[in-house]
Parts: sequence; C-alpha cells; structure tokens
Amino acid sequence: MKKKLTFAAALLAASVLGGMANAKQLVYCSEASPAGFDPSPWSGGNDFDASARTIYSRLVEFEHGKTTISPGLAESWTVSDDGLEYTFKLRPGVKFQTTDYFTPTRDLNADDVIFSFERQWKKENPWFSYLEGTGWEYFTGMGFPDLLKEIVKVDDLTVKFVLNKPEVAFLPDLGMDFSSIVSKEYAEQLDKAGTRQQFTQKPIGTGPYQFVDYQVDAVIRYAAWDGYYGGRQKIDDLIFAITPDPAVRAQKLKAGECDIMSYPAPADIAGLQADTNLKVDEQEGLNIGYLAYNTTQPPFDKVEVRKALNMAVNKKAIIDAVYQGAGQVAINPIPPTMWSYNKDIKDDPYDPEAAKKMLAEAGVKDLSMKIWAMPVSRPYNPNAQRVAELIQADYAAVGVKAEIVSYEWTEYRTRGKAKDRDGAFQLGWTGDNGDPDNFLFLLGCDAIGQSNYAIWCNKEFEDLLKKGKATTDVAERTKIYEEAQVVFKREAPWLTIAHSKVFMPMNKKVVGFVMDPLGIHRFDGVDVTE
Amino acid sequence: MLRYLLHKLALIIPTVFGISLAAFAFVRLLPGDPILALAGERGVSPERYAQLIEQFGYNRPYVIQYLEYIGRVLTGDFGISIATKRPVFGEFQALFPATLELATIALIIAVLIGIPAGIFAAVKRGSWFDQATMGVALTGYSMPIFWWGLLLIIFFSGYLGWTPVSGRIGLQYFFRPTTGFMLIDSLISGKSGAFRSAASHLILPAIVLATIPLAVIARQTRSAMLEVLGEDYVRTARAKGLAPRRVIGLHAFRNALIPVVTTIGLQVGTLMAGAILTETIFSWPGIGKWMIDAIGKRDYVVVQSGLLIIALIVMAVNLIVDVLYAVINPRIRAQ
Repeated sequence: MKKKLTFAAALLAASVLGGMANAKQLVYCSEASPAGFDPSPWSGGNDFDASARTIYSRLVEFEHGKTTISPGLAESWTVSDDGLEYTFKLRPGVKFQTTDYFTPTRDLNADDVIFSFERQWKKENPWFSYLEGTGWEYFTGMGFPDLLKEIVKVDDLTVKFVLNKPEVAFLPDLGMDFSSIVSKEYAEQLDKAGTRQQFTQKPIGTGPYQFVDYQVDAVIRYAAWDGYYGGRQKIDDLIFAITPDPAVRAQKLKAGECDIMSYPAPADIAGLQADTNLKVDEQEGLNIGYLAYNTTQPPFDKVEVRKALNMAVNKKAIIDAVYQGAGQVAINPIPPTMWSYNKDIKDDPYDPEAAKKMLAEAGVKDLSMKIWAMPVSRPYNPNAQRVAELIQADYAAVGVKAEIVSYEWTEYRTRGKAKDRDGAFQLGWTGDNGDPDNFLFLLGCDAIGQSNYAIWCNKEFEDLLKKGKATTDVAERTKIYEEAQVVFKREAPWLTIAHSKVFMPMNKKVVGFVMDPLGIHRFDGVDVTE
Repeated sequence: MLRYLLHKLALIIPTVFGISLAAFAFVRLLPGDPILALAGERGVSPERYAQLIEQFGYNRPYVIQYLEYIGRVLTGDFGISIATKRPVFGEFQALFPATLELATIALIIAVLIGIPAGIFAAVKRGSWFDQATMGVALTGYSMPIFWWGLLLIIFFSGYLGWTPVSGRIGLQYFFRPTTGFMLIDSLISGKSGAFRSAASHLILPAIVLATIPLAVIARQTRSAMLEVLGEDYVRTARAKGLAPRRVIGLHAFRNALIPVVTTIGLQVGTLMAGAILTETIFSWPGIGKWMIDAIGKRDYVVVQSGLLIIALIVMAVNLIVDVLYAVINPRIRAQ
C-alpha cells in the first residue's frame, strides 16, 4: 500500500513538474496597482482588469469585442411585459474556485446572486461596511439603490430582480464589473474566522483565472481555473507586471519582459509598430472628448453664439496635432461605433468668416472668455493644454480673446460644475456599458451638478432621453436617440472635439486577444504560440 | 555620552509633533479631496458627497481631526488607507524593505565611488582628473532623475540588452517573501539563478538613485580634504617624511571624515526623495511609488502617516549619525 502511495505521489510530482516546465505563461504589463480584488467597491479600469475580468463572472457578459450582451452565469432570462421583473435561470454546476484558502462545498446558486447585490445595497447587511469608508460608488452611481425594489430567490437556480421603474439598460448594467457574482459561502467562512478583510485580498470567483499571489505594487499572479464553466484557459499562468510608466512598458514589451501592454504613449506607437516582433492592434475608442459651454451664462446662453464658436474651431488640425492622427473628428455626442449613432447629421463647418459674422449678428463684440484645460491625459483627450492652445488661436482669428485655465484634477472638475463657471470646459467620457443612454445622460437635467458641465437642460432633449429609457424595443429606441442627437446638434451645448483610437501593442506570439470597446482588458480565450 | 544622547532624543519629540502637524496640514492644503478622487470621472451627487464626507469625518474641525489622528498614532495606529482600505502601517511594512534595499545599495555605490573620487580629486587638485570628476559630479547632481533613468533603460536594457528593464526579479522566479529583501530572499529560495536575477534588476535603479548622493559625497570629500591638506599638521607630517599614502589616509582623511559622515547621513533624506521618482520609473514596489500614488489619490491617511513614518526613519538615521559623529570627534561630546 505504502509503495503504491509513494509511486502515486511521485507520478503526481512528475506530472506537476512536467506541467510547470511546459506551463504557458502570458505577461501583461498593466498600468497601475489594483486597490483590491473585490470587484465592486472600486471604480478604476485597472481594478476591474485585475479582479472582475479575470477572477469573476456575471449573470450576463459582454460579447468579446462587442457591447452586446450574451448569457453568462445566467443561461437564460425573461422580462415581464411592464419591464419591471427580470427572472434569470442560473447555469447549473458552476464551480467557485478552489484554492489553498477556500474549498467550496456547493455550486453557485441564487443565494450568491442575492448576496452579491445586497451587500452593496442594504445598509443592514453586515458586508455593506466590511471595508471602512466603502461607498459602493459604481452601484450607487448607476442608480441601483433607487432602481432595485427587491431580489427574490425563486428556487436554487432561479432569481428574480424586481425594479421600481423600467430601465432598458438594466441588462448591460448587469454585465458591468460591479455586478460580478461573489461567493456567499466564502463570505460566511470569513465571517466565522473574523477575517472579512481577506475577501478583497484573497478573492474567490467563478471566472477564467484564479488568484495565486499579489506582491503589492509589483506583480499579480493568476492560474487558469480548471473548473471554469466556459472551459479551461489555454494560458496556465497569467501575470500582471505592474508598470506605471508607459515608456517603460513599451521598453519591457520590446525587451520581451512582457507579452502585451496597456495604454502606450502616442509618441511610442510608431516605434512599437516598426518592431518586427510586435503587432499593434487598434480600435475606435468608445469615447468622446468635448468642450462644454456654460449655457446658463451670457453670451453662451445664445445658440447662435455657441454655433459660431463651434464654427471657429479647426477640429481637423486638433486631430492631426494632438491625437497625431489616432482619432477622428466628433460630430455627435456618441461615438460612431455605438448603435443609434445618427449618420445623417452634418457637423458645423469650419468657417471663421461665417463665425465672425454670426458673432457680430448676435451682438457679441470683444468677447473675452476662459478655456479650461484638464491637467491630465486621457484616452479621449491626450493633451488638453495643447487642444486649448489651438482653440485659443482659432478663437483669436474670429476676434475672441481666450485665456487658458487649469487646476488640479479633482479641483478642476469641482470648479467646472459651478453654475456661474466662466467659459468653455474641456472634458470627455468613456462608455461603461455600450448603451447610448450611458453617453447622453451626461447632458440630462438630472446630471447638472454632476456630469452635465454644459449646465444644459433642454426639455425636448430631456423628454427624448426619458422616453428612450422607458422603451424596450431597440428599433424604436434607435429612432428616439437619433432624434436626440438632432436636438443636440441644433442646440450645440458642446463643441464635440474627437473620438480617439485606442492601441494595444503585443508580441506577435499572442493570439486571440480581442480589444474591447469598453476599454476592459480580458484574457479569456487568449493563447501564446511558440 | 548618555547625556548627549538624551539631549538629542529630547529634540526629536517636538520635531515629531511638528512634522505630524506639517504633514496633516500639507495634504489638506493640496487642492482636491479624497472623496472626489475616489468617485472618479463619473462624479458624485452633492448629497452622496456630503454623506461620504460625514462618514470619513472630514467635515469636523481640523483641530479635532488632528488630535484624533495624533492620539491614534501615539497608540501605534496609523490608520486605514482611504483608497485601498488596508492598514497604512501594514502597507508600509510590506513596501519598505524594497526601498531600504535599493537605498542601501545606492548608498554603498555612492560612498564607495564618491569618497575615493573626492580624495583623488583633492590630492590631484587642478589636474584633468579633478576637473573631470567635478564636472561629472556637477552633471550628476543636476541630472533630472526621470530622464536619466529612462535614458539608462533605453541604452542598457533596450539597445544593449544587458540589464532588465524594470521590476525586482525575473517573473519566472516565484516565491513568497521571507525578509522582503529580494537579494536575501532569492538566496533563501534556493532557486538557481534567482539571486543573479535579483542583483541584475538592482543595477540600473541603484545607479540612478546613487547619482545625486554620489555627486554630493564626492564634492564634499574633495572640499573637506582640500581644507585639511592645507593644515599645519599635514605639512608637519609630510616634513617628517611620512609616506604620502599615510599622510593622506591617516592624518588628512580621518580629519576630513567628520563633514563627510554628516553629508552621508543627510543623503538618507535625498535617497528617500530620489526613491519617489526612481521607483516610479523602474516599477520598484517601494514606499516612494506608494507615496506618489497616495498623493495622486489624495489619500489623506496614507500621506500624513507615510510622511510621519519616513520622517521618523530619517530622524533615527540622523540620530545614529550624530552619535557616530560624537564617537569620531570627542570634542562634540564635551560640548
């Protein structure tokens, strides 16, 4: 017997070691350290990449490279006629990850789904405040506390969400990172041990990779989860090498220290494209960079003044100089890759002479104003200071004197929201869930004081927005949003500047990586060839 | 000696309070606040903002906030990070060994090259060696660390392929840290090639971090040596026919050492400041990068407690230097 056991152990060790020698490894040079591995309390893209997209799964998932929804942990669902009840049938036999710190005794069930949302929602849930100062900002920001009425367990594999009002973007919202499903059984184990904090440090999910180790600010290690419901991944070891500087990330990729990297600096792209060992994928970003006028302050309260200023700006020159060609002129407030984008809308032409004339007709003479420049680089606007300088020069050509102002990033956004803010404010947006409402809500009356920096409340636009949210038929919604874009263009609360391109440089041996329009980095389905 | 030590320790107490107050005020003087930084670009409604401010206690008078903070610090509780929700001291403990390892190697490089270079420059005053050394030292002193680091990476890692680009050890080596010092841990791990990998990862960041202290130490050694070499007792020693090596090594250098030791002690502050940029460029998981991240996120708790812990360490090192100073020079003890 003893001999048999020794032989079995030797066989296991040999197979493990043999496996290790042949283990496929993918190193991703990521841009920042995650705040934690609980997918719901934080809001940074790097937090989601490291937790939600690797370790966890959701009831519904965005299709690879698309913004459309497909079944995830829920294999099917039904929606009541009034749009208030969503009933999900859970996939049977979904396993939570088994690690050296947790061994599940049961498969995923409705209790896990209810726990995943109630811990973010109900203050009386002991897990609501398990992390000091957690605000569950995404859950709150997406309006879930007001939207959800109750979540009911119908049976072990059926769960029903009852809403207070119809919400067409509810399904895409459930595909977002904060809606990841966590293990109630694991939470209970930690409760008993009095180690709740471990929930975010040693995560357990149902996703394609399981957590192995995190060396703070340096390296995150994952291993393929054998029990993943979507099938075991071809990559055995997934490693995030945290490298904050984009130039250093590029050097690491060139030197073969990583296989794929996020967010290259625009200046490095040509060099990466020229490297024969590398390929650089690119995609239209689901984003918009804009300049918001304060529509409550004269003379910007007049449509003709806003239109004239829009016509004074040479947007093509901005795309060439600042985006270095990696972008396109924005016409509408939603990007062209988004459904319901209105192709028939024509942009305000670049015509300084006409702009000058329109300003004179509007009674505007010797206008002095401020142009606000963000202090940070963002995918939708890599250099707001430079954009401001170009707009300043364009304005000068039509007799408008502009002063460029900038503040520290949070201060910038706070000052930008002031009702009496002077001048035009640069900012942008990257989509969360691929729904047009996720862009157009920025201009809603309710968003004044939050994300509506044009302080623009137009009844016609607002009614369309509300109608769109209450309509389930996609064809009908498309028409509504197309009309909303017409109103937007006519009223011109923003100068729509650009939709930028997003680049993803990688080694040629990486196959199957699909760029995501929502800006998330997913490694399920990725492989490396020798 | 004990009295001297007690006197120095007594000076530290008000300094600690001063620094804690300065750190507390500094982070609050910065524009922006942690709630808005946490909320990100999505923003936060005024009601929710008010709720969160209340929850964190940032709506209370500054005096109350400070007293509560210092009260907790005195019991050894440095607070919980607003961004990561982890205890600040725990984060510090996890990251400090990386900074200490890098700073130690950098200081060793700076001392081992800086002192001999300064001595030779002084002895060969006016020679091409002196001029070249001081020219290089001035250049090193004025070099922007960020640019210098990137330049070395591009040349040695990118072009020549001699050194790794960044990180602490090759990713193929995976072992849980025992001491936090990668050179030691890699030896303990017993994995072949691990120590070599850890050492090769240290080369470039240590050179970058050592550059400014090296320049300062070389210049200080040179000027201290020049002063001493002109003294009567050195001339006497030479007149007595002592070997030049003995005159320089025993009579001159020992006396020139006091200001040099002080300078080396002061470089601990420079190393901590330099670590902020060096660690960011080389993705070195130490407290410099940690502080930069915390400042960016307006993580009040990490910034104020982190600064205080760093200041305590710098003060402790300076205290050790002061003691060494007294050991080297008995006149200081007598004062």
